Amino acid sequence: MQKALVIDPGKCTGCKQCEMACSYEKDNEFNVAKSRIRVFEFHEDGKFVPYTCTQCAEAWCQQACPVNAITTDAASGVKLVHDNLCVGCKVCTIACPFGTVNYNSTTGKVIKCDLCFGEPACEAACPTDAITYQDIDQTGFDKMKMWAKQSADGAEPSGPNPPVAH
Amino acid sequence: MVNSMHYVILGAGPAGVTAAETIRAHDKTATLTLIGGEPEPPYSRMAIPYLLHGSINEHGTYLRQDDNHYNALNVNYKHGFAERLDPQNKQVHLKGGEAVSYDKLLLAVGASPISPPIPGADLPGVHNCWTLADAREILKLADKNAPVVLVGAGFIGSIVLEALYQRGCRLTVVEIAPRMVARMMDETAGGMLGDWCVAKGVDVVTDTRVEEISTTSGGADLAVRLSNRNLIPAKLVVMAAGVKPNTAFLDGSGVELGQGIKVNNFLETTAPDVYAAGDCCEGIDLSTGKPDMLAIQPVAVEHGRIAGKNMAGIKTPHEGSLNMNVLDTMGLISSSFGLWQGTPGGTTASLTDSSKFKYLKLNFEDDRLIGAQCVGMTDHVGMLRGLIQTGFRMGEWKDKLIESPELLREAYLAVAQGATISGPTGPRVSTPVVD
Ligand SMILES: Cc1cc2nc3c(=O)[nH]c(=O)nc-3n(C[C@H](O)[C@H](O)[C@H](O)COP(=O)(O)OP(=O)(O)OC[C@H]3O[C@@H](n4cnc5c(N)ncnc54)[C@H](O)[C@@H]3O)c2cc1C
Ligand code: SF4
Repeated sequence: MQKALVIDPGKCTGCKQCEMACSYEKDNEFNVAKSRIRVFEFHEDGKFVPYTCTQCAEAWCQQACPVNAITTDAASGVKLVHDNLCVGCKVCTIACPFGTVNYNSTTGKVIKCDLCFGEPACEAACPTDAITYQDIDQTGFDKMKMWAKQSADGAEPSGPNPPVAH
Repeated sequence: MVNSMHYVILGAGPAGVTAAETIRAHDKTATLTLIGGEPEPPYSRMAIPYLLHGSINEHGTYLRQDDNHYNALNVNYKHGFAERLDPQNKQVHLKGGEAVSYDKLLLAVGASPISPPIPGADLPGVHNCWTLADAREILKLADKNAPVVLVGAGFIGSIVLEALYQRGCRLTVVEIAPRMVARMMDETAGGMLGDWCVAKGVDVVTDTRVEEISTTSGGADLAVRLSNRNLIPAKLVVMAAGVKPNTAFLDGSGVELGQGIKVNNFLETTAPDVYAAGDCCEGIDLSTGKPDMLAIQPVAVEHGRIAGKNMAGIKTPHEGSLNMNVLDTMGLISSSFGLWQGTPGGTTASLTDSSKFKYLKLNFEDDRLIGAQCVGMTDHVGMLRGLIQTGFRMGEWKDKLIESPELLREAYLAVAQGATISGPTGPRVSTPVVD
């Protein structure tokens, strides 16, 4: 069963517990700059938006990697960076159009969300349920896809490379 | 049903390997032959700098880490160098006399370094940095404190610079253009890189040509004479003065050539059943809609996938690839995307802090982002690609960015929320819905 992080920014109060939990889980330090999940603030309208990797089915980062250091975990669908193979070239950081693969200058490798192998620390830390971890088919995930499809049909991006219908 | 289709892929870099995998994913039974021009298993040129650092061994440069990968896919990988293409008889003639027949052929032969007409460029101790064989030669000479002259400070030259610096070489970089990475970034960004290098003890000589390389009787083995009359001693000279596509063997074949191999939207060449992908071909540049040479790894992979699909009979147009680069220069990280130079009549937003080596420049056409450059900024830079690739209308966020470019990430989220971005060639993926 594949599960996904479902984020409801309406419930986010901007407390950044998720960032703290993530950096502690991953790097053993409370350092929000190293968190794989980031909370963005919209000062004008007092909104907070937690944001992280959506584990694309066909991932741009994975395809761009010159040494196959990013693989897909068969069970969870998670895109994993293997530190022993990653050379730190950063091509994945510019290839990911969501900007969710980041360079870590301390390790010289890249970091991205791996859903903590099924027990996401951010979800556990979130006091308001703005972040939940749910079965993909029971969550808004399908809705999210539908919504995305509608929005794409309704307002096709106007670039020279509009999405290729599948 | 017996499938007698024989796909031949010439060239085993990222374009060729990706194409082979893509064809196999769609055609389980066809015969697939992948021919590499070099003796090693398929590897990634862009991993060579990390081999020079010493952070990986040769195996770490291989495109696929599982040694059984090609067998498992039933891809017949062999070493061979094409000398002639005969599209009438559907044959590729290899060095040594073998002729390989194909039903469909992919040309993924990449590019090779240009050797500028410099007297002495053929001396021992002068090397390109393009193949694993080159890397082995460089490793023999690039010792700690060895004086090394690097010819060319373009994108690849600057990557090689980093590797040689990490090895502890005493570096002089000679560049004919007025600044480093002149085809990737503007004066401000290129200037920052130059200043950074000088601060790190690397001698960067711009606006200068190498006139001659000669042997010396002194301590160092070579002497490099520059157009500014300086004579620089060197144990090793590394050439990074540009590349040209490997198309010489196609002369007279009927495959039309421009700057590189000409292809249509389906990456077909002008010869029947012959496709091309990667550094050797002129694919569409997403930013201009026109064919161009975008000699970078992600584009080679995109081409490889699209060519592979078309060869396997799944008609897939190539809508264009985005030019983009990222560079780490002794800890200063820079990147550029799309029309980094902007467009006539467009607007720009920029943020410059020379003392902190920070720079962000955003180029708009109407209210769409069309290009960007960053120095000293790495977090979430991929969003720049997302915005450019999808061509979202940014509306009021464009004005906010002109006011405060550092709001880039917030602007991205506001504009791209829940919207779709087509996968490299596959199904759509979407940004999280945040409302
Ligand atoms: C040092 C270095 C650093 C780089 N860094 C980056 C980077 O950071 N980011 C980035 O995006 N790009 C980088 N690049 C560029 C990137 O490596 C290329 O864009 C990419 O390799 C192109 O892939 P390709 O498959 O088209 O060609 P190649 O990788 O060049 O593969 C071509 C294949 O064709 C074979 N071949 C050639 N001629 C023949 C023939 N006549 N017959 C049979 N086989 C033949 C070759 O042996 C090889 O197997 C770098 C390149 C170098 C050299
Ligand atoms: S930084 Fe690491 S994971 Fe990312 S593309 Fe380079 S080698 Fe692959």
